[in-house]
Amino acid sequence: MSTKTAPPPVREEHPMENLLRMDRIPHIWCPTCGLGTTVTALAAALEQLQLDLNKVAIFSGIGCTGRVAGYLKLDSFHTTHGRSIPFAAGFSIARPDMKTIVFSGDGDLISIGGNHFIHNARRNMDLTVICINNFIYAMTGGQVAPTTPISANTSTSPHGCYEHPFNLPLLAASSGAVYVARWTALHIRRLTAAIKEALMKPGFSFVEVIAPCSTLYARRNKLGDGLSLMKFYHDNSVIKHGADLHEVDIGYQSKIIVGKFIDIEKPTYIQSMNEGLKKKFGDKFKPYGGAHGND
Amino acid sequence: MKADPKNVLTGAHYLDGNHASAEGALAAGCKFFAGYPITPSTEIAERFASRIPLLGGVFIQMEDELASMNAILGASWGGLKSMTCTSGPGFSLMMENFGLGMMLETPTVLVNVQRGGPSTGLPTLPGQADMMQARWGSHGDYEVIALAPDSPQESFWLTIHAFNLAEKYRMPVLVMTDECVGHMTEKVVIPAAEEIELVERNFTKKAPGEAWPYEMNGNAVPPMLPVGKGYKFHVTGLTHDYKGYPVINAEAQETCVNHLMDKIRKHTDDIIWLEEQDIDGADVVVMSYGISSRVVQPAIAKAKKDGIKIGQIKMVTVWPFPEKRVAELASKVKSLIMVELNMGQVFYEMDRCARGQCRTYLCGHAGGTVHNPEDIYQTIKEAVK
Repeated sequence: MSTKTAPPPVREEHPMENLLRMDRIPHIWCPTCGLGTTVTALAAALEQLQLDLNKVAIFSGIGCTGRVAGYLKLDSFHTTHGRSIPFAAGFSIARPDMKTIVFSGDGDLISIGGNHFIHNARRNMDLTVICINNFIYAMTGGQVAPTTPISANTSTSPHGCYEHPFNLPLLAASSGAVYVARWTALHIRRLTAAIKEALMKPGFSFVEVIAPCSTLYARRNKLGDGLSLMKFYHDNSVIKHGADLHEVDIGYQSKIIVGKFIDIEKPTYIQSMNEGLKKKFGDKFKPYGGAHGND
Repeated sequence: MKADPKNVLTGAHYLDGNHASAEGALAAGCKFFAGYPITPSTEIAERFASRIPLLGGVFIQMEDELASMNAILGASWGGLKSMTCTSGPGFSLMMENFGLGMMLETPTVLVNVQRGGPSTGLPTLPGQADMMQARWGSHGDYEVIALAPDSPQESFWLTIHAFNLAEKYRMPVLVMTDECVGHMTEKVVIPAAEEIELVERNFTKKAPGEAWPYEMNGNAVPPMLPVGKGYKFHVTGLTHDYKGYPVINAEAQETCVNHLMDKIRKHTDDIIWLEEQDIDGADVVVMSYGISSRVVQPAIAKAKKDGIKIGQIKMVTVWPFPEKRVAELASKVKSLIMVELNMGQVFYEMDRCARGQCRTYLCGHAGGTVHNPEDIYQTIKEAVK
């Protein structure tokens, strides 16, 4: 009979427990998906900024990335496909005292939700939009996306994609976004820093995250496993802050220009509204302050 | 609670139905309107946009109706009473996220000023052909509440009533008006604020950490959780449990869908609002709603002169449908007639509920104008034979 005593029980505590709905873990994402590191970067950004987490709300659409809202312990809304931005826009107008984050995928935000994306950038709605770009519709089984690089194989471009993809930073900037950055899911520290800047930027801030999809994009294109694709993106990225956005297109397994591209000041939607109405009505107009003001 | 006097334009006015609806919304304390221009509803948006800046709210013209529907859901969760207005094509575009509002159990109001359809149809002319879309337009099973004003004065009151029902039953509520009511101008009396009773949002009494967004707490309508106060709740358009967490199986679906339907089905006595006249001893009863309930009047008067024992029911609420009342009437009368500006929509509900106990007649019309009362009279003559 052994005289050894059992080691003291280890308390398994996730380092992000205060931000994750632990009762919903394990999550549904595949091993080596870029979503894990990006969610970690968001959590780190929220921690480092020491924001009051009661005053942060997160909105997602549909798809793999659409599940993000459900895993974060914040006021969180899982909306319909493409509609997280307008849902969040209504919320943000009601609650200008809160940080409103939209975290969704390229298909959701840019294809079916594309109109909302450009118009809320134009309005400079006070939203932080984090877009996971994995070049493919993953949740539905690997279909072609408006971001799929030319020649990439997907289940609905089985002979290679021949449509021109969107250049997301150019689209965001030309639509009016005040902060635009792109990093890969393996640039953890730089991505965290970008999310922090985006969160603190009043108005429409946009962070594109180039993320591997191991199960569909990597497998269909024979690009190895997720980790090697993540490394490939990281190693083939070229940091070029303030790059000419006409030159940041992404080709199939091409170099990826990353960095902070846009960081400008512009009145937000609510600031512009208050300014315009003050001009018209003078002292009769009380600047709008949100539902919070009615508490 | 009573309306805030600052929001209520007390007095006698000469307004069209659309302007009156906007005043109803303001009186109800609506502080957020997201919309997209579409004839014949736009005046509601225009009046709201003109009036709201000095009342401490926001009007935003969105990029499309999909965005409008979502923005009013987001604003409602943010704590503002919210609304939109639209007509046929926009109503079609709003349907997916009307369903999201149902699934998330979000109080908000949607006014559909109906025009002739299908497709672009008759933008400037009336119809009542979105009634079944109102009932079934979004995919899946759920129950709706739809009100049908017949005049500018009723547009004012029923818009307020829609906000009250939205808060009480925690859901999007429909005001199904039409081009005729929307654009007819009549006297509208807006009372003093203290005569307007408002239903306030039922927030949970529980502390953060102890409350869930779909907890019934012994009531068919779960209290809402406020944002920004540490509840850190989750809601999803997926089938969910009381926690608001997605659960993808048949058991969860059974509970979730039954709840959405029961909260209306168990309260139909409270919700259904019929205005009945001369029902006792009637051989024939004319049912109608909205503008058609005014157009039937000359035909009914003429039939009465002929000595026909005729009653009428104006459906102030069309959905939920008054199943019990129609079944009961059908056992007593010779015929039931439905007069509506479509080729037969609510008629089929009436027919179903009559269960063959009496004859049923549709007096339909493709829209573009109201019925000729003579056509209604002829239907009545046929029905009493």
